[in-house]
Amino acid sequence: MTEHFDVLILGAGPAGLAAAETLAHAGRTVGLVDEQTDPGGQIGRRAIRQRPGRAFRKTLTRLRANDRITYFPSQRVVDCDPHPALVTESDLGYTRLTGASLILAPGARELVLPFPGWTLPGVLGAGGLQALTKSGWPVRGRNVVFAGSGPLLIASAHTLKKEGARIRVIVEQTARREIARFVAKLPAWPSKAIQTLTFTLGLAGIPYYTDAWVTEALGEERLEAVRIVQRGRSSVVSCDFLGTSLGLIPNVEVALRLGCALSHDPHPTVRVDSLQATSQPGIYAAGEITGIGGAELARLEGTIAGHAVAGELSKARALAPRHAHWARFGAEVARHFALRDPLRELAGSQTILCRCEDVTLGEIDAVADTGSIKLLTRLGMGPCQGRICRAALAELRPGYGTVTPSEISRPPLFPARLDTLADQALKEPSS
Amino acid sequence: MSHDLIVIGGGIVGAAIASTASEAGLRTTLIESALPATGATGSGMGHLVILDDALLALSVRSLELWRTLPDRPGTEYRNTGTIWIAETEDDLPGLEEQSLHLATHQVASHLLDHRDLHALEPDLAGDLPGGLLVPGDATVYAPKAVAHLLGRARRAGAHLLLGQKVVALTGGGVRLADGEKLTGVVVVATGPSGSELLPELPVMPRKGHLVVTERAPSTITHQLVEAGYLHGVRETRHATVAMNVQPRPGGQLLVGSSRESGIQDRAVSVSVVSRMLMRVFRFLPALRERKAIRIWTGFRPATPDGLPFIGQVPGRTDVWAAFGHEGLGITTALGTAELLVDLLLNRPVRLDPKPFNPARAIEA
Repeated sequence: MTEHFDVLILGAGPAGLAAAETLAHAGRTVGLVDEQTDPGGQIGRRAIRQRPGRAFRKTLTRLRANDRITYFPSQRVVDCDPHPALVTESDLGYTRLTGASLILAPGARELVLPFPGWTLPGVLGAGGLQALTKSGWPVRGRNVVFAGSGPLLIASAHTLKKEGARIRVIVEQTARREIARFVAKLPAWPSKAIQTLTFTLGLAGIPYYTDAWVTEALGEERLEAVRIVQRGRSSVVSCDFLGTSLGLIPNVEVALRLGCALSHDPHPTVRVDSLQATSQPGIYAAGEITGIGGAELARLEGTIAGHAVAGELSKARALAPRHAHWARFGAEVARHFALRDPLRELAGSQTILCRCEDVTLGEIDAVADTGSIKLLTRLGMGPCQGRICRAALAELRPGYGTVTPSEISRPPLFPARLDTLADQALKEPSS
Repeated sequence: MSHDLIVIGGGIVGAAIASTASEAGLRTTLIESALPATGATGSGMGHLVILDDALLALSVRSLELWRTLPDRPGTEYRNTGTIWIAETEDDLPGLEEQSLHLATHQVASHLLDHRDLHALEPDLAGDLPGGLLVPGDATVYAPKAVAHLLGRARRAGAHLLLGQKVVALTGGGVRLADGEKLTGVVVVATGPSGSELLPELPVMPRKGHLVVTERAPSTITHQLVEAGYLHGVRETRHATVAMNVQPRPGGQLLVGSSRESGIQDRAVSVSVVSRMLMRVFRFLPALRERKAIRIWTGFRPATPDGLPFIGQVPGRTDVWAAFGHEGLGITTALGTAELLVDLLLNRPVRLDPKPFNPARAIEA
């Protein structure tokens, strides 16, 4: 099946939805492709047992009512070309979508840094644990520790507490005075201040350690406890789950394959101009993919990209001051919750770095020529296609060049059925 | 600085020569412009296979050397065997002939009828009439095999120069990109780029595609190749595809194969992959549902007559060639190294070097 739209949008999170509505309003047809079953992105996930919130219902109704927007949920992009076109796969088969323009808003994933015991069942990303809980995974009465850095820890703990989990402790690596400095700046963004207050009140009574981190996950078959170090003092807290949050990494795979210019710091982001245009003609990018900045910034960038694609340049430019305002918020979060070096030094030589191929940090360090790491250890050659271990290695061993861009810009962008790969060629324009 | 032997190229052939030569007592330096095993060697399947062709004797000797290689586990050597699969009854006489021919070289093989074939490999399509099992064939993980051979070379005193490009043969040595000169007998083992230094020896890159799947339970235990593969090998004009599937430890499958001449572009061609997979589904229909995690391309070093150049290059001072093995570089690397070092040291040779003599390209 091939379908054509004025504009293709990848991602139905805050940026993609904002872009879709802006374009539909301007009279353009939109194909909106998303990996999730529901619109809203990671941040818009609703709890399955919860009645859909008003905002969510409004979004869904608007999407369904808008006959200019065709929504393709549960789709993974397995290939793309700069025509532009996206080849997507779902349980039902594959689809080839084409558009005159393409807006990339695929969001971000969690950064995972290995530490002793991190591969034990029960250790998850905080966002992943939050998402599982919202999709109906039972956590009532279970003991949970959250550890890492930044506001996502609090948001995730809030979700799990509402679902009946026992939050033993939140372990924040940032020092208290640094958090105080951040909070003091919040009045510049009133909506965030209220959000923080709501979450914090909801978490009353939960120990909140600052200047602390989990050094080890303990357990035989699965997680039983974590070792926490706070300013040199070590303690052990028993728990069933550990949710870690150390930051987000933009999902740049599609942009990379399309040849869009990237920046590295150390994780790649897509370079855009003030109208969200990438280096490739007709291809725009919005939201976390251009740099981690949060939902408000993503929504603004989606709107700007929508206006830009629709040719409404003055409307797009009018949003520049608000964009700058929210970009500053993202920069403040990044600055005050920046990862501290001890978190990069927790993994030992026996710690597994690549869990797809069971490669330890020691095996990687033993490779004399760092350029040969991938070939000799098979790091990143498993089904996650290096999404987890490559980012971790960039943090743990910044000097190691493990993968060249050409190596990771090949199809399939996500594991795809051989069937799809064999069939999609029939849909390719003859060239 | 003076050396007995300068090997150019850190692929499987260069690594094998460096290892064999340094163990024979030659002061050896290996120069690799990038990193070991990043060319044709690292792109291939690592199938150690005896083909019924002009390389048969070299392949048979090489397989003996692989089997007796010390510390072999470091290469991930696995004795999987190969099954050549007939698509129709018409392929069966060819397999019988192949079996007889292998027997004249003391290579064991067993003809399989429909029932034997499906007992050994139940995932094969039900209508396939039979096959030929060559139990001595094997697989290695080529990047680790190269690391293993380079480790042996180093322990025997060889030097490795990585990230250094040879820009010229100087007659009695080489000049590097940074201007440094090394003197000694030179072996060019740079696979598809052999002609850059030796334009009189033509070698053409022949592109191939490979797909690797996710780990999943699989009943496939042998390397499975369609009988028509040999015809595909000899086809030189346009892209040919043939089913060639290798089980990896842990349940991944390497899925090939394709051959295309006259293409320099490294990009994955969706249409070639598609044709290749359709061919694979003909033999292994269940693979339609398998998930691919990566696709990549590589270039085999092909010569006009399909035979590698192994030997001294006429008209040059102390320059030897060891490239152009097309798809059999991994299989024949150890035999190539043995033959080349025996020739270099004027020792008795185990097999006839004439078919591989580089002089044939210059006289022609």
